Amino acid sequence: MASNDMTSNETAKHGPGGAGTGAHGAGPDIDQETLLQHEKDTLTHTPVHLMELEAVGKHYGNIIALTEVTMAVDMGRVTCVLGDNGAGKSTLIKIIAGLHQHDEGTFKIMGEERRLGSPREALDAGIAAVYQDLAVVGLMPIWRNFFLGSEITIGRGPFRRLDVKRMKEVTKSELAQMGIDLRDVEQPVGQLSGGERQCVAIARAVHFGAKALILDEPTAALGVKQSGVVLRYILQARDRGLGVIFITHNPHHAYPVGDRFLLLKRGKSIGYYDKKDITLEELTAQMAGGAELAELAHELEAMGGHGELVDQVQAEVAETTGQTPR
Amino acid sequence: MTTLIKPPPALDERVGRRSMVANLLGRPEIGALVGAIVLFIFFSIVAPVFLQANSFATVLYGSSTIGIMAVGVALLMIGGEFDLSAGVAVISSALTASLFSWYFSTNVWIGVGLALVVSLTIGFVNGWILMKTKLPSFIVTLATFLMLTGLNLALTRLIGGSVATPSIATMDGFASAQAVFSNDFIIAGVDIKSPVFIWIILVAITSWLLLRTRVGNWIFAVGGDANAARAVGVPVRWTKIGLFMGVGFCGWVLGMHNLFAFDAVQSGEGIGNEFLYIIAAVIGGCLLTGGYGSAIGGAIGAFIFGMANKGIVYAQWNPDWFKFFLGLMLLLATIVNLIVKRRADSK
Repeated sequence: MASNDMTSNETAKHGPGGAGTGAHGAGPDIDQETLLQHEKDTLTHTPVHLMELEAVGKHYGNIIALTEVTMAVDMGRVTCVLGDNGAGKSTLIKIIAGLHQHDEGTFKIMGEERRLGSPREALDAGIAAVYQDLAVVGLMPIWRNFFLGSEITIGRGPFRRLDVKRMKEVTKSELAQMGIDLRDVEQPVGQLSGGERQCVAIARAVHFGAKALILDEPTAALGVKQSGVVLRYILQARDRGLGVIFITHNPHHAYPVGDRFLLLKRGKSIGYYDKKDITLEELTAQMAGGAELAELAHELEAMGGHGELVDQVQAEVAETTGQTPR
Repeated sequence: MTTLIKPPPALDERVGRRSMVANLLGRPEIGALVGAIVLFIFFSIVAPVFLQANSFATVLYGSSTIGIMAVGVALLMIGGEFDLSAGVAVISSALTASLFSWYFSTNVWIGVGLALVVSLTIGFVNGWILMKTKLPSFIVTLATFLMLTGLNLALTRLIGGSVATPSIATMDGFASAQAVFSNDFIIAGVDIKSPVFIWIILVAITSWLLLRTRVGNWIFAVGGDANAARAVGVPVRWTKIGLFMGVGFCGWVLGMHNLFAFDAVQSGEGIGNEFLYIIAAVIGGCLLTGGYGSAIGGAIGAFIFGMANKGIVYAQWNPDWFKFFLGLMLLLATIVNLIVKRRADSK
């Protein structure tokens, strides 16, 4: 029954985008179709995951920041990591992005156990992180930001120089492909809106061959409409065959785009679900804790407006994916 | 299929047409350029001597002694750091070359080579301590400034027995070193000193480096947002250490000029000059917070400084006014920069 579900789901997702099997074929030897062929339970039973964490833990001195976290990331799938402030989300992504190293458990990339020493190493392994506030350098033009750290050069030895023309062209076309309405690539990134800035960072990661994309609270600082736009790019990245890790504290943003949900609380995993096993209400309830939530919902309702916001976001997402929000 | 034809890249309603002028005004050094032109016209009127080729060469020479350092300091400021030890480090370099050659009676060039090593090491140590401790560069280089000031005085007295170094004019290699670091080129009857050429070459190379190479991209990035730069794989630590070593290199060039323009060095010199270099860079449009500026801007800033310095003399005013003039210049230039930048960005 599960496999039937998967197949129909697959066509629904890849149909309109047109980026289905073709995009996967271009990837490494394992593609999404074979990966999901014998899928029984996506949580525990797949042949090889793009990325797999098992009982991973991290402590700073005597402070335990993260313990016993298990999750998996696959190509063309969105894994959401949910949790409140201080739940350990940042520590988790820092381990995956190579900024910190884990002390416990195993971290596998394409089935191979790894320990990433630096962001550069993570990038080389195909893992790109897009951080909420440190994604880009505000004063620098868009094209310089796009290629920062991986500049295209021509010439040799002391005459090696930037291929400015090429970089500008690539920036323009890559951003156009992400559907970003671009003004001018010479513009400083600081002049873009928060959502556009995120998108530049996402497009950059996609262009540089990221297989896995970590998005750290991309919607946290954004308005409703901008959040919707960013969610759309998440789905676009997914349809291009990337494994996406979407970190957020907002279940209303996570649920419509996610395939799997890892819930963190005080450094521990309090649940890991496949989308078919959980509803938005349950997810929200799990995150806040039942009684607390009921009280909060009551309060919010009294204040008004919250439901409206949620509806708006969901409508935006539904529009782009063809999925009906629950 | 008319649908395949893309509509002409409809100009976004968010972007008004930016004229060439507005684009030009967006350059970091434009405020300084305007200031330099105004100052030039001003001195041409009040002191006609100013326009003579020979006095202009003198102005250029004066500018170059600030400008050579301002290039390194401007790059460092774009990279988001300060170097308060730059002024005395110049003297440290000159002292090293002269005292070493004199004490061991070696060829002067060996001293010159050692001075380069010392200068680069001072830069490296500044950068390395900064990156290791994460202290502000203001504190770290203030400490090296004080230490170098003390070392300059103490070691010179210890080795040479006086506050100035003994003359090395008669030593092997002095003439050839002087030919490189402090030569006079007579071009069309005008005497132009070699630092002017070194300065122009340095500005050209660093401009190219800054705007057209990977390293240049990294310099802007580490100054603009070091964390973002690190996250995309820019070697932040080495970029910053490299920038400090660049200042060290410029200090060596100027130190060698100071030494070979005469044949001895005063050990107490150089104090306060670090501010002149920073002022030149700021007048030239470098942001104090990093991530913005240009090498040419630093050069123009140094030129403004040189004009004000010599112009006052040519206008036969009391040189006591110079510092006041300099302060006013700094204030005006930064205000102009601010206004120009705001206008260019809002257009």
